[in-house]
Amino acid sequence: MSLVIKGASLLGEQTRDLYVDDAGVLVDEAPAGAETVDADGLVALPGLVDLHTHLREPGREDAETILTGSQAAALGGYTAVLAMANTSPVTDTAEAATRVWELGREAGLVHVQPVGAVTRGLAGEELAELGLMHRSRAAVKVFSDDGKCVHDARVMRRALEYVKAFGGVVSQHSQDPTLAGPAACCHEGELSGRLGLPGWPGIAEEVIVARDVMLARHTGSRVHVAHVSTAGSVDVLRWAKAQAQRDGTWEVTAEVTPHHLLLTTDLLTGYDPTYKVNPPLRPQEDVDALRAALVDGTIDAVATDHAPHARHDKEHAFVDAAFGMLGIETALGVVRTALPDLSWTDVARVMSTTPARIAGLAEQGRPLEPGSPAHVVLVDPTASVTVDRDASASLSRNNPWHGRSLSSRVVHTVYAGRVTVRDGALA
Amino acid sequence: MKHLLSIDDLSTDEIHQLFETAADMHDVQSREVKKLPALRGRTVVNMFFEDSTRTRSSFEIAGKWLSADVINVSAKGSSTSKGESLRDTVLTVCAMGVDGLVIRHPASGAAVQVSQWVDAAVVNAGDGMHEHPTQALLDAYTLQRHLGSLEGRHVAIIGDLAHSRVFRSNIQCLTRLGARVTVVAPPTLMPSGIGAWSAAAGFETSYDIDSVLPDADAVMMLRVQRERMSGAFFPSPREYTVGYGLTRNRLALLKPDVPICHPGPMNRGLEIAADAADAAQSVVLEQVSSGLAIRMAVLYHLLAGDTRGGIA
Repeated sequence: MSLVIKGASLLGEQTRDLYVDDAGVLVDEAPAGAETVDADGLVALPGLVDLHTHLREPGREDAETILTGSQAAALGGYTAVLAMANTSPVTDTAEAATRVWELGREAGLVHVQPVGAVTRGLAGEELAELGLMHRSRAAVKVFSDDGKCVHDARVMRRALEYVKAFGGVVSQHSQDPTLAGPAACCHEGELSGRLGLPGWPGIAEEVIVARDVMLARHTGSRVHVAHVSTAGSVDVLRWAKAQAQRDGTWEVTAEVTPHHLLLTTDLLTGYDPTYKVNPPLRPQEDVDALRAALVDGTIDAVATDHAPHARHDKEHAFVDAAFGMLGIETALGVVRTALPDLSWTDVARVMSTTPARIAGLAEQGRPLEPGSPAHVVLVDPTASVTVDRDASASLSRNNPWHGRSLSSRVVHTVYAGRVTVRDGALA
Repeated sequence: MKHLLSIDDLSTDEIHQLFETAADMHDVQSREVKKLPALRGRTVVNMFFEDSTRTRSSFEIAGKWLSADVINVSAKGSSTSKGESLRDTVLTVCAMGVDGLVIRHPASGAAVQVSQWVDAAVVNAGDGMHEHPTQALLDAYTLQRHLGSLEGRHVAIIGDLAHSRVFRSNIQCLTRLGARVTVVAPPTLMPSGIGAWSAAAGFETSYDIDSVLPDADAVMMLRVQRERMSGAFFPSPREYTVGYGLTRNRLALLKPDVPICHPGPMNRGLEIAADAADAAQSVVLEQVSSGLAIRMAVLYHLLAGDTRGGIA
């Protein structure tokens, strides 16, 4: 089905029509018999790309499936998501990766790109079959034990070296498990001291970020720092990026979640497990540093860490409840709310172009010009949305944004020329 | 007051009111027939997710002396491991028609969360490292009986502050009643961020027990778990005792008749020497009887419909 997207403002600047041919590619002229998508007053961005999504399938299909997660992603304006490996079974073989990739194709709403585990079973000991996952039809390029830190420095070093053979990148959940007890469940600071909750200090993240950038430099490889959450990590990254740029032989990239750009640890006062997340919500000083780092490019990308959980896994005492919060439907609104002055060009950079480049997804994050695959999101820049957790396509309801008003609204999403979301609803 | 989850739930007036009721209840304890009819027909469930002998017995006797039907539910072993959520566990018990739910749980905040799910009045009998409000009330009540008003009096709290719910409730209760408080612990057993907290709440911190004891009007020792060594909190029990224990020698630093409290169970020889625990000025056993009176007062105020008529 060919399309004419009428009257969109490209990256919030010049207004013109976009034409999509039968093959789902942007073209110069209106194809005959094209369906019209009214985009008057809307901003067109390349489809969003999420470096960090938990789709829960296989294993916890009661919390999310690849289909429902894809629906939520499309509603959030996404055309590609990287599905984290901490499923059951873990995505640590070519077969498992291929299965996730196939289910994503069957859902057909976004490109579902599996992330491979770094170590077998996420155990942190032996390397998973990184090369076989890469050679599979899923063509895995990003590897992560997310949820767990690759804590052993020797294992991390070998992983960084090994993925060089095929241009892979290791995405690290930076958190030294020895710097906090196993019950750690929130930011360690004055509030955790008062609430009597065992916490992680920011330093538990920072020491691993510091170690890993040195390992990346030593191995001449690529490390990606998942969900950066502290000002100290930003300081390390700023230094490391300058070094990497000077050397030209290695690379460090980093992502921040929407929730770390807007929510703070104060929300834990009522012990509501909705706000329990890993890495934890931090104080305002950290939030301010993360915003500044995203604006100045020290942090490359926004990634959602969308983490659906069945209700009963959150209805425990705070320390016993599951970690994580929903985020993929609301990410753009949160970024717009946290950083209202960020230009649309910059929004496209941090939510589409750069994450696509980091993930090695050549078809994604492309400029909206003839020849590019038609992955497009159309956003109403002046609208605001009051979030209703029950209106979500996700199977889960652990939504920290419920009742909040967020700026801008995703109106239409187009994935490979197919309208997946029309007027804010699944097409 | 609908629940008692934290000292923060109580106004200063309410604390004084509870103390007045507790004094009446204390008198009842010396009667031959100790039972009052106040809570006849009311059901109180003691739901303990963590081992406890003294607190559970104390609440049980307090309820029984007020003629409530008291049921103990041992819910030890995390509900997570049984596959049941905490919400399901407490809703199941409350569906049996419960007026008061006394809850002890190893997780901080559990009582706060439970109070949002149930209709019953919830009493926090200790939640993780967060609070133990009836302990703080009984401590302050005991001290008042010895010192009169706590206004301007100096109380030293010494021990494992980081892991102590007794400390977290006491610091609020004592400062509310006008006491000057100094807390003493090695840096590794101070709660995180205590610098900002103490500045905001107006109490002092110290690493030096010997400089604090001579000025104290009351001393409150906290239990230290021997197994804290495994978390590298301190090198050995021996070193802890030398640095922070209330030893026989340190007793001599105290002003005469300064009351010595301990919430129990005591680690004799670790945080408190037998000479201190059994000293004439030790109020450890009196804390137990005060605890009964305070818990009777709390149950009475929460559950006895009209509390204005007194208890006669």
